[in-house]
Order: sequence, then structure tokens, then C-alpha cells
Amino acid sequence: MSATSYGWLILAFPLAGTLLIGFGWLRPGGLPARLPGWIASGAILGAFLSSIGALIKLEDRPEDARSLVDSAWTYASTGDFKVDLAILVDPLSVFMCLVVSGVSFLIHVYSVAYMGGDRGYTRYFAYLNYFVFSMLLLVLAANFVLLIVGWAFVGAASYLLISYWYRRETATSAGIKAFVINVIGDVGLVVAAFLVFDKTGALDYAGVFGQADSAFGHNDGTLVAACLLILVGAFAKSAQLPLHTWLPDAMEGPTPVSALIHAATMVTAGVYLIARMHPLFEQAPTAADVSAIIGTATLVFAATVALAVTDLKRTIAYSTISQIGYMVLGVSVFAYASGMFHLMTHAFFKALLFMGAGSVISAMGGIQDMDRMGGFRKAMPFTFAAFLCGALALAAFPFTSGFFSKDEILAFTLERGGWYVALAIAGYVGAALTAFYAFRMVFRVFWGPPVQEARELEQGHLAHHPPANPATGEAEDSDVGFPAEEHHIAEREWPMRAAMGPLAVLALLAGFAQVPGVTDAIEKFLEPTFADSHFHESAPSDSSEWVGLVIGGLISIGGIAAAYFAYVRRRGVTLQLRDRFGRVHAFLVNKWYFDELFEAVFVRPVATAGGFGRAVIETRFVQDFLVGGAVGIVRVGTGIARSIQTGYLRAYALLLLFGVALLALYFLLASS
Amino acid sequence: MDVVWFLVLSAFIFVIGAAGVLTRRNPLVVLLCLELMLNAGNLALVAFARMHGGHAGQVFALIVMVIAACEVVIGLGIIVAMYRNRLPIDVDEMSELRG
Repeated sequence: MSATSYGWLILAFPLAGTLLIGFGWLRPGGLPARLPGWIASGAILGAFLSSIGALIKLEDRPEDARSLVDSAWTYASTGDFKVDLAILVDPLSVFMCLVVSGVSFLIHVYSVAYMGGDRGYTRYFAYLNYFVFSMLLLVLAANFVLLIVGWAFVGAASYLLISYWYRRETATSAGIKAFVINVIGDVGLVVAAFLVFDKTGALDYAGVFGQADSAFGHNDGTLVAACLLILVGAFAKSAQLPLHTWLPDAMEGPTPVSALIHAATMVTAGVYLIARMHPLFEQAPTAADVSAIIGTATLVFAATVALAVTDLKRTIAYSTISQIGYMVLGVSVFAYASGMFHLMTHAFFKALLFMGAGSVISAMGGIQDMDRMGGFRKAMPFTFAAFLCGALALAAFPFTSGFFSKDEILAFTLERGGWYVALAIAGYVGAALTAFYAFRMVFRVFWGPPVQEARELEQGHLAHHPPANPATGEAEDSDVGFPAEEHHIAEREWPMRAAMGPLAVLALLAGFAQVPGVTDAIEKFLEPTFADSHFHESAPSDSSEWVGLVIGGLISIGGIAAAYFAYVRRRGVTLQLRDRFGRVHAFLVNKWYFDELFEAVFVRPVATAGGFGRAVIETRFVQDFLVGGAVGIVRVGTGIARSIQTGYLRAYALLLLFGVALLALYFLLASS
Repeated sequence: MDVVWFLVLSAFIFVIGAAGVLTRRNPLVVLLCLELMLNAGNLALVAFARMHGGHAGQVFALIVMVIAACEVVIGLGIIVAMYRNRLPIDVDEMSELRG
């Protein structure tokens, strides 16, 4: 089998899975318990094995022939121009497929147990497989059309999964918010594709990128506009400033969904997009600089918010926004391999952190507030170990995976010199904050005196709280459309441990795939895709990368030590700080007032304009003037017509006579 | 004889008939006046036919007579029906079609 056949298989497995589960549900009595979960996991495992097959086939080929396009059929064809349903199998797409399907598989396995008691179990796995299919379609697309299809599918899958508990009002409104912001990005991407097509006359990657240098001048206005529009799409999907507000709200979805979509895969699509479009961005460095600045701003902003938020899942969500900021910075300063490397390590440790958080939340009986947690170290040793691995990698503790990947991006940024140094310094500030908030979570959840739930768990009992919405405290039942009570199973079921174990190992060790001066597996593998990059030669030397690594390691240890001091040694010092700097704290807890800003800038003017339109334009103009006017004219006209209809025979005869006489007179006059 | 005399006579009869239709309230008289108008038309048709020496006008006049007979049958039928239903024999009372 060729590499492209494996590419088609990668798509076929999840699609078959979602159809099988979706239609299997129609069977009388539905599918047996847990079967949908295992079907879904098997489908994703199939996709993962196919990705490995594609990888092996690709490695067999010479380096300059590792970009394969295969077309299933032609969508549209006019003259010289045609759009194919085609997939592109090259190192970048295979790399993404491996990360997406690998992490997705583990999260599916985790979900089999975690969602075990939920009444919407079948629906959940049909959605989840549909999401993986969409994501792989996005990654494998060989032209803009298929990319946009995958892009929109992913947005739809995200909407379905965020509002999975559809009787929760907060969940449905979060889903709508995510979908609307994603559609803003879709529009940007579509318009960008149009601009590119207008100039190059092609929509397939090979055709567009082949002409990137000839069709556009350096920093050509149209190209910069197209790249900025691509960035709108990328930022909406990847939750970068100012389109990030949907991601923290998306935590309304089930925790494995947060792990899969809103940490490991979908939100990194924007990073993939920028890396994929690198021939365009290198020709339009202004757009790339904008992207780098926004990425840096986002990483610092989100890290500060993560310091103050007390909801466990939302803290991790802000951490995700911040980490994607690093990736965007990486691919925007043309450190593609480093950006993709960080994408991979982040997928491992962030999925792991979410799984650990899910385990803790289930032990807390659905409560997500860190203020009410503490002392889970003894009650849940496995979750504690896994969460610690994830937090170490997130904090970039020396020799964990995050250490190598994040600091490589910053070393690359430093190497660019000039004002990029400022971005790198901001990145190091963000790194210090990251280490601090990562261990803020660890110390607040696992250290300290055990809370009642933790003590009960040590005795072997699971905490039970009446089901309630963790965001608003509203009471709920556990029927379909709400979370099931039985899903509070902590870490007891083996599928959850089986999913967290490998990820913990990967979070610690994946960094050794690319150690400066020792190994460079990722960079070497991705090289054929980025061989045409103008910045290929400007990679920092091994020694300067090690300098960056040492700085990053020291910052990380410093951040962790500060967190230890603040949350373990001198508990309460943070409370004093909060009282002292109340306004700063309020500013951070309210997420820099972004939601309020959007409310004031977009929502309220539109609502006011809508109210004005309803009161004045609709009621006065349309209803009273247009409709009322037409009715009035007809009414007056019929009044006149009615007054002629007297019912008197003789009156009709008179009118008839006069009419005929007038006609006769007219013809007489006209003829003479 | 000049055709004008016939036409003048025809016009007189037509106007007498029209005035009768417009002024009288008894449906029987209205029908009679209608007959007058029709026959005024017949007179004009026959007069023109003689002037031109053709037969078309004569044939038209015969057809109009047949039509007039039919109309009178229907009209008298309606009047008999009104009488049987003890309705007033007055066209101004029959004004239920007023809009």
C-alpha cells in the first residue's frame, strides 16, 4: 500500500466509526453498554495505526519526494481550473495525524470509563469520532476548499460537544459563543482563499505555493491582507487575542472533550494552518510579525489570568491559550519545527492535565472550584503522579518535554535579534508565570489539609453532592442532557489509568526527541515540508540553544519555588496580596474585562441598533408607513368602487348609457 | 327615401326606450322599454342594409329579434317568480347587490 492509501484509511476509520455508532443507535434497544465507546476507540486506533503506516511508507521514499497528493474525484472543473477531493500526505500532515489520532485514542479510552454512566453515551462517541474525522480531514486536505470544509466541520463538532449537556443553559450558550467566533474565523479563511485564488488562479497548495514568489511581490498588499485574514481564521480556532473568549467558556463540555478538542487537537489547528501556509507568510513578513506580536501578547495575557482564576478547568484553559501563544510565536518567527514540536508536547501534557483534572473533579462530586479542594495527594496517588508529570512539563522543568520544546521557540526568537528580543523576553516572563500557575494548581489541589471529599476517598467512599451546575450552582437531575451522577468514579476504572499512564510517560520523556546537539528527530522528519523556507539556515546554534535552555530551566525552577513558597510554606500570603492589590486581582479574575469589552463594543451597540430598528424602522416605517399605506390606498379605492355599487338597476343602466355615449362621442371626435 | 329619416326615427325610439328604462320602476314597463331600444337598433340595421343593398343587416335584425324573444321570456319568468314570492314589483326595491 502506498502512503496515500494509508492517508485515505486515516480518514475512513473515524468516519466509519461515527456512522456505525450513529446508525447503530437506531437499532431497537440501542447498542449494548460501553460498546459505542470501544467501537469509537477502535476506529481511532485504526486511524493511528494507518498514520504509522503512512509514516513508514513516507520514510522509505527519498527526501525530495515525500509530498504526495492523491485525488479521489473532481469537485468542480472549469477550463484549466479544477478542485479535487484530494489529500496531501507529507511529513507535516503525517506528523499532525500521528499527534491527533494518538492523543485522541487515549482520550477515547479515558472517555469509555469517564462517561460510563452518562445517558448520552452513544451520542457522545458519535460526536467524538466525527470530530476526529473532521480534524484529520482538515490536516490532510490538499487544497483550500477541502481545508475550509474540514475547518467548518471541526467548528461544528466543537459546538456539538461543548453543548453536549444540552439542558444546561450555560453549556448551550457557551456552544453558541464558540460557534459564532469560529464562524468569524471561517469567513476570514474563505475570503483569504478568495484573495489567493484571485491572484494565483489556483486553490491547491502545490499550485498556490509554487507561485507564491512569482505572483506576489515581497510584502505585496493583497498577500498581506490574505495572510491577515488567514490569521483571523487561525486565531479564532486557536483562541488567540482577541478571539479567545470562547475557549474558557468551552469548559462547559465534558472534561475529556476539553482534553481532546480544547487542549490537544482542535485549538492547535491555527498553528498548523500558519505552518502549512509558510510560503505565503515568508513572502509577507508583516503579517508574520503581526502574528508573532499577537501570539506573545496572548501568552502573557492568558498566563496572568491563569494566576487568578479559581475554577480548575478554566485555569487549564487559560494555560492552553497561553501555550498556543508560544506555538503561534514559534511558527510566526519561522521556527516551524520548534512550533510543531511544542504542539506535540503540549498535546501530551495538556491532555494529561485535563484528564487529571477530570479525575479530581469526579472525586469532588462535580465541584470545579480550587478553593474547595486540597490534600488529594494520599487519596488519589495515581492522579497525583500523573498530574505532577503534566505540571512539570507545563512548567518546563528541566528535561521534561515542555522544557525542550518551549525554550527552543524562545531561543529561535532571540536568534532573530532586533525587536524580536522583546518578544523573547516577554516569552520568558510568561514562562515564569506558567511555572507559577502550574504549581499553584498542584499545591492547591494536592497539598494542604485534606478536604472532606479527600478524607472520604481515603476511606474508600466517593463524595456525593446533589447534581448542580458547577458554574451557577443551579440544581439539576441526572437524566439525559445533564451529567450522570454515576460518572463520578475518580481514578478507579482501569481505562482512565491506561490513558493517563502513557501520556505521563510521554509528557516527561517526549522532549528527548529533539535535544539540541544530541537528537533532532522532529526537525529532520519535518524538513522536507519546510525545505523551501528562507529561514532554513538561520536556526540558532546548539550552544545558544543551550544557553536558552539554561535560562528557561532556571526561570521554571524559580517559578515553582515561588509557588511552593506562596501556597505551601506561607499559606495565606496570596490572600494578603489579594487584599493589598484588590483591583489588580479583580482585573485578572474578570479576565481583563474582555467579555465586558465585547459586550460594550459589539453586543450592546448591535442590541441598541436592533431595538431602534424594531421600534422605529419596523413599527413606524415598515408596519405603519409601507404596509399601512398600501392598506389605506386599497381601502380608499374600494370605498369609491363600493359607492358605485348602489344595487339600483336604473343607476347601473344610467352609467352604462353614459359610458357608451362617452365612448361613441370619443370615436366620433377622433374620426372627424 | 333618404336613410337619414330612418336613422332619426331610430334614434327617437332608442331615446324613448332609454328614458323609459331609466325612469320607470315597474319591471314590466322596463322590459317593454328595452324592447323599444332593441327595435330601434333593428330599424337602423335594416335601414343601413337597404342603403348598402346587402343582406347582412337584415339577418342581424332577425337574430336580434330572436335574442329579444329569449330575453323577454327570461325577464317575464323573473317577474312571475317575484310575484309568486310576494316580492314588491319594483326595481328599486330589488337592491340587495349594493356593495
